[in-house]
Amino acid sequence: MAKITYIAHDGSSRTIDVKPGLTVMEGAVKNNVPGIDADCGGACACATCHVYVDEAWMEKTGAVSAMEESMLDFAEGVKANSRLSCQIKVSEALDGLVVTTPESQH
Amino acid sequence: MSQAGVVIVGAGHAGGSAAAFLRQYGYDGSITLIGEEPLAPYQRPPLSKAWLKGEADAEALMLRPESFYAENAIGLRLNARVDRIDRDGRAVVLGDGDVAPYETLILATGARARRAPLPGLDLAGVLVLRTAADAELLKTALGPGKRLAVIGAGYIGLEAAASARALGAEAVVIEREPRVLARVACPALSTFFQDYHQARGVHFILGAGVDGVIGADGRAAAVKLGGDSLVEADAFLVGVGAVPNQELAADAGLHCNDGIVVDLNARTSDPKVFAIGDCTRRPMPIYGGRMHRLESVPNALEQAKQAAAAIVARPAPAGEVPWFWSDQYDLKLQIAGLAFDAVQTIIRGDIAAASFAVFHLDAENRLQAVEAVNAPQAFMAGRLLIGQRKAVAPDKLRDMSVSMKEVAA
Repeated sequence: MAKITYIAHDGSSRTIDVKPGLTVMEGAVKNNVPGIDADCGGACACATCHVYVDEAWMEKTGAVSAMEESMLDFAEGVKANSRLSCQIKVSEALDGLVVTTPESQH
Repeated sequence: MSQAGVVIVGAGHAGGSAAAFLRQYGYDGSITLIGEEPLAPYQRPPLSKAWLKGEADAEALMLRPESFYAENAIGLRLNARVDRIDRDGRAVVLGDGDVAPYETLILATGARARRAPLPGLDLAGVLVLRTAADAELLKTALGPGKRLAVIGAGYIGLEAAASARALGAEAVVIEREPRVLARVACPALSTFFQDYHQARGVHFILGAGVDGVIGADGRAAAVKLGGDSLVEADAFLVGVGAVPNQELAADAGLHCNDGIVVDLNARTSDPKVFAIGDCTRRPMPIYGGRMHRLESVPNALEQAKQAAAAIVARPAPAGEVPWFWSDQYDLKLQIAGLAFDAVQTIIRGDIAAASFAVFHLDAENRLQAVEAVNAPQAFMAGRLLIGQRKAVAPDKLRDMSVSMKEVAA
């Protein structure tokens, strides 16, 4: 298991044990973490699972595919540490990961 | 049963999400989620895609683990059918005679596969694809050396054909219209998808009326076309659209018109009853408020939020641009908007390279819809522009040297 902390835009946070192999998005949806909608269920088709990855973890979450980058280009409130959480696979190496969800997903 | 709170009829993507949003929004009354299928809410889109190809397992389909419902005090009643709504008594009556009282009712009854009125469709081996059980039957029927005949060249049919090819089966698609995706996509896209499938071994019989399915030894054996030609196969999939499950609502006197009619709070003609997802006909604010039926997960989620927000008296969520997606082979098709009033079509990108978008503009050059194949920027920018309802420059849209960011600026 990897502990992942999801911080909402209002500062409230939840830490959840997520099974390796799931994505950061699935960890949120399966536990009803607010702020991650994931309309498309992880097909990288909608950009409604946008998160900000804690700077210290950016490298460990892996490279951003061209598809993900294109989707993020037009997501709301994109920053340098923006990722689509459906594209981050959870592994033991991500134990302790901290992500913040934006105010709204569009 | 327990005290009256929210009762949700239908434990699909819409119903399950409504229960989750109610808890997210702080609703602390009782929630009962009643579903006919044996499974807790799961994702249907992968049934014709990743799941059928064996790339996703049953656990991956589940929206949330079953423990989620107990942890969030959501009473989950599966394998349970609701027979009728007693609006005067504010209760639903279940098939086993049990009565579930409600303060607020949410209908999330979904849609069912349309059954064409043709002989032989009730034979064993003739399948539809709507539920996990349907998908299991289809998957079992496919494999190397098998042949799948699909009646209807819509998304379900084409996705199933692509998945059949991935599993080593043959696939032949029969369609009444002269082109594939005739009801849901523009001609340029139809041509592209037909070519792409043909290049991967899918056979098409277009413009062909189906007379029925012929059996042998009690099992479906061939599709009979007009002119008496036969298409033999091992498995048969009928994908000719969906019908909204509105009977419960209609029988209870709620306003229905090819879908349960709702407003932008997902409220039906009874203020205590909401309806969400595929079973509804809803207003489309971006398109002059006209009423439309949307069969999509994004719509199910949007209406689940509308209903949950209205129930807890939270401000209504911002309107969303409708969108859809489909995966076939290595193609990602993303569609935003609906081309209701389109008078002009603009193609951006390279169709031959399988990376392009088709933009549909109205008479004032406002973007109505975009269909994007492996072109996520065009989809994302298009979705933004459709929501903004402002005119765009057709020449810029067409010009690949002008980035979608500049077009959208």
